[in-house]
Amino acid sequence: MNALELTLIKLAFLAVLWLFVIAAVGVVRTDLFGPTARRRAAPQRSRVTPTARPPKPARPGRAAPQLLLVTAGTLAGTSLGLSDQQITIGRANDATLVLTDDYASTRHARLFPQDGQWLVEDLGSTNGTYLDRQKVTHPTPVPVGVPIRIGKTVLELRR
Amino acid sequence: MSAFPSTAPAVRAPLPRGRRGTELIMLCFALVIVAFAYASVGFGLNGKLPSSLPLYVLGYAVVVFAAHFAVRWLAPWADPLMLPLAALLNGLGIVMLYRLQESGRNGNPGQVISTLSSSATMLQVVYSALGIAVFVGLLALIREPRVLQRYTYTLGTIGLVLLALPALLPDRFSEVPGTGAKIQIAVGGFTVQPEEFAKLLLAVFFAGYLVGKRDVLALAGRRVLGIDLPRARDLGPVLVAWAASLLVLIFESDIGTSALFFGLFIAMLYIATQRTSWLLIGILLFLFGALVTAALFSHVGARFTVWLHPFTRANIYCNPATQLHCVPSYQTVQGLYGLGFGGIFGTGLGHGEPFYTPLVQSDFIVTAFGEELGLVGLMAILLIFGLLVQRGLRAALGVKDPFAKLLAGGLAFVLALQVFVIVGGVTRLIPLTGITTPFLSQGGSSLIASWALVAVLVRVSDTARRPAPQPIQDEGMTQVVRA
Repeated sequence: MNALELTLIKLAFLAVLWLFVIAAVGVVRTDLFGPTARRRAAPQRSRVTPTARPPKPARPGRAAPQLLLVTAGTLAGTSLGLSDQQITIGRANDATLVLTDDYASTRHARLFPQDGQWLVEDLGSTNGTYLDRQKVTHPTPVPVGVPIRIGKTVLELRR
Repeated sequence: MSAFPSTAPAVRAPLPRGRRGTELIMLCFALVIVAFAYASVGFGLNGKLPSSLPLYVLGYAVVVFAAHFAVRWLAPWADPLMLPLAALLNGLGIVMLYRLQESGRNGNPGQVISTLSSSATMLQVVYSALGIAVFVGLLALIREPRVLQRYTYTLGTIGLVLLALPALLPDRFSEVPGTGAKIQIAVGGFTVQPEEFAKLLLAVFFAGYLVGKRDVLALAGRRVLGIDLPRARDLGPVLVAWAASLLVLIFESDIGTSALFFGLFIAMLYIATQRTSWLLIGILLFLFGALVTAALFSHVGARFTVWLHPFTRANIYCNPATQLHCVPSYQTVQGLYGLGFGGIFGTGLGHGEPFYTPLVQSDFIVTAFGEELGLVGLMAILLIFGLLVQRGLRAALGVKDPFAKLLAGGLAFVLALQVFVIVGGVTRLIPLTGITTPFLSQGGSSLIASWALVAVLVRVSDTARRPAPQPIQDEGMTQVVRA
């Protein structure tokens, strides 16, 4: 063991240690933002080609929101992944997003997908649902990043 | 329901959130690093692979993989990073103990350090196995975080008893030889440090107590100078916690535990009420208490002297033959010299001289890592702690149940605080207080308690990430009837 080899071992160990930290940060990142676009596309292709089905209707690219994020209120920081299911919001125990908000109604509002976009509909709540500053009176499309206000809770669609 | 992949064309499938595969890969990576570190120590000390490498590394790997499969079975939605991060830290701790044990006292392999017997590494591996057994046991026992809430006061009482026990026992049972600190219980050849477990039990108690009281703590009171002041009668529990932590400080000479205990309470109070006033009141109370005790009690005051004037001639001299009776700052200064000797990239594992620092295997293990891995390696280790804390706080954010939220937040915070107090202490950022570095230091109590802490965090993260159950009713069958 000469000095050069020992130095190399030392530096290699530090490099491996940092590689672990970076890999761990990568895991945290995928946890927050989902897998990268390339990796997400791969399973899709393998599912379609062997059965030779006609390709599914084009998925909306980066435009489709991925999750519903609570940005203010007691549940701030909570996020829900979006599927094709509607999301009911309110204080009822069977709501998808159960609010602990004194200003929200039991069944306050719902979010549902239609024709590739998400709509918000007020379910006759006492204090109303607001999309940005506008009161929601009929099902209204929700753009990504526009706040939905329910009582003291603010929700947002995120990619 | 949101976590199940959907086939609908309009929305992309959300990512599968179990991620046990990722955990397995990261775990293998962690074990490779531990084996590499072990081999590197062997090359550094003797120029060849240590003969005990397969025994220790394989033994540790078996235990860690057992933990992984237990998580697969008991907490399938848990966070994928907590177990690998903890396993890596624990493994690095074992390697560093092996390295210190091999070099012996002052670098003479023949001389055994009195506090680091020749079987220390083996014992640490056994303690790791015990710790992981506790980890698995807790996961099996606590299937939902909220079951702990039922035992709020029971666990709180046990915690307080454990915290006070060493102070009440006679010195020969509870005193750490040569330090004057009464923090352990010696039974047979073994010592237990009950404070490590008391910390966890009290976190459960605080969480249970604050869930019930947080509204009155947050909302009642007056506003003075832009700060919400609580009512006097609500201050009671805070004052009790403060007094208890001061009593620990005075009767057990254990500044670290008292800071940890009070810090945990204040942090959980802050998380529960979101009122900055509690934070200010807590910090002021603690500073006041610490300064007064430093002035009144010499053993506390000595810590401040060492912190402020470590390089004064009177403080620095030590007779190497009788290290246990050194003047106060010898240990701190040796640790600082070690860090300086290591520099940016360190001396390489097995090439430094960390053995000159007294108690380097427990309180000062961070300086040993700093010396041999350098600033670069130490930062990586601190980041690993940081990631573990971050995953804990993330679990606290994600979980809905307020009790679990508080508990996970408090435990993640206390882990961070413990690392801060000891690393800050040995690097002379704050006065040094002798507490263990979680996972790294020698000692069974600390290791088992750290694994228990991670078990609770894993359980909370499992609850937080578990998808909501599928509705039994078909959505299309439900009809909305309107007037």
